[in-house]
Amino acid sequence: MNLNFLDFEQPIAELEAKIEELRFVGSDTEVNISDEISRLQAKSRDLTESIFSGLKSAQISQLARHPQRPYFLDYVSRIFTDFEELHGDRAFADDKAIVGGLARFEDKPVMVIGQQKGRDTKEKVQRNFGMPRPEGYRKALRLLEMAERFKLPVFTFIDTPGAYPGVGAEERGQSEAIARNLFVMSKLKTPIISTVIGEGGSGGALAIGVCDRLLMLQYSTYSVISPEGCASILWKSAEKAADAAEAMGLTAPRLKELGLVDRIVAEPLGGAHRDVEVMADSLKLTLHETLETLEALPLDKLLEQRYQRLMSYGNFTE
Amino acid sequence: MNWFTKLLPSRIRTEGGSKKSVPEGLWAKCTCCGAVLYRAELERNDDVCPKCDHHMRIGARRRLESFLDEDTGIEIGSELKPVDALKFRDLKKYKDRITQAQKTTNESDALIVMHGEVKGLPLVVAAFEFRFMGGSMGSVVGERFVRAVNFCLQHNIPLVCFSASGGARMQEALFSLMQMAKTSAALTKLSQRGIPFISVMTDPTMGGVSASLAMLGDLNLAEPNALIGFAGPRVIEQTVRETLPEGFQRSEFLLEHGAIDMIVDRRDMRDKIARILSIMTHKTAH
Repeated sequence: MNLNFLDFEQPIAELEAKIEELRFVGSDTEVNISDEISRLQAKSRDLTESIFSGLKSAQISQLARHPQRPYFLDYVSRIFTDFEELHGDRAFADDKAIVGGLARFEDKPVMVIGQQKGRDTKEKVQRNFGMPRPEGYRKALRLLEMAERFKLPVFTFIDTPGAYPGVGAEERGQSEAIARNLFVMSKLKTPIISTVIGEGGSGGALAIGVCDRLLMLQYSTYSVISPEGCASILWKSAEKAADAAEAMGLTAPRLKELGLVDRIVAEPLGGAHRDVEVMADSLKLTLHETLETLEALPLDKLLEQRYQRLMSYGNFTE
Repeated sequence: MNWFTKLLPSRIRTEGGSKKSVPEGLWAKCTCCGAVLYRAELERNDDVCPKCDHHMRIGARRRLESFLDEDTGIEIGSELKPVDALKFRDLKKYKDRITQAQKTTNESDALIVMHGEVKGLPLVVAAFEFRFMGGSMGSVVGERFVRAVNFCLQHNIPLVCFSASGGARMQEALFSLMQMAKTSAALTKLSQRGIPFISVMTDPTMGGVSASLAMLGDLNLAEPNALIGFAGPRVIEQTVRETLPEGFQRSEFLLEHGAIDMIVDRRDMRDKIARILSIMTHKTAH
């Protein structure tokens, strides 16, 4: 089994392995097999298209957490220039699960903030698997307020399983840290664009996600609780995660349909990790267009729209 | 049955079948010290155990009625009713869960809001009904909270909220998460206008409610020994794989760590809040 492929992608993995094999044969024989290779490549593409056209929520959830999925800093280096990372909450520590700093977006001064997961074991631990603690949210808060002060549009990038459930995090006021960010972001006097690039896990995601425009990558997810958490509470079994994922409708198209997401950014065939450059380019283009729309609005109008947008969330009768 | 019980004549045996002979609801047992209490006396004591001062959970409507001056409460937002827009279904349909909760609580959703007076001070007060799906915050809770804020803005009067909630209502999926942002955003308006918001956290105040409106009070108060936090203790225990310290996530723990202003006994709540609000609003309470 090829670990670069998810379980439901195994037929593609088998085809790709065959192509690799043929290439290997091709290089040391005189037989011309390039026709055969391109035939198989076309077949692999078709197969990928057909598998990816009918993905279940649970499979999209797997893609959103793919070990090779591009993380926040992979986008920062491709979309922004002059990135200067700023550290610390000035009170307790520097949380490496949230990274932020000054940067330029197409020459324009901006602030970028995002949750960062680790690639290898050491970095995963250092980044706490992308699960921020209060000091991470308070660092984000400091940068948000700085952005307001220096009139910098804010880009936030969401990719977290959720806020860290730990003793220290509770002692230092995880709830208050999240609540404070919601409070401040809802009235921050500068445009905010949030993009879910991987996992949007609960309050831990929302704490950097109150915005004027919400974008989601095609195979990212956003939900009030992880499918596993939801299943273990409502189905009394974490094994029902696939059912929970389906019921919660945590995918980009579903959330767009419900009016909770403004734009979906299409991913390359097979997911963002198959071609990070293409993914970054199309995300950059969408961010450019979105920022342009927001900057056309006078500040008071922007804030009024943000407020009305927040007030419009919900379904009820009266 | 042991030898001693067997020896006793049946009319003075206290265990087993004899439980049924006590009329339902006449007696209550303290969930903390186990003392058997006369229900009427317990109610006179605001459901605080007279033996050990344990604060038992109380319903939202009773909370509001005992907190407000007699006959001053007028409900706001009761016309708002929940709908199952997502057709959510776990082991049960969300629709059926709503109906069942409405039947057992006689409330239409988990937050009740009233405007009225406390010691002559006009205010708006909201209370979570924990028995309604764990006091979970869905669209109706969020909207009623916003209406409470709007009423305060309109009449320039303070807001008090008693929270008791497990967090966001999962059956409303991302809509329930967004109620955190919605309620927090509404509170910015009170703050900008200099209208006080006092948040009282009661047992339990967790998850999405704790991480939004409940922690955003100008004053954050708590009842004694209430469980307050973001992640549930079981989740934390599973994550850190160690037993949690004694009193973890209880009011006293929060006070020690600087998360709340004070712990207030339920029986002093009216006096305390009236006194504080009279200072904050430059008015006199009687």
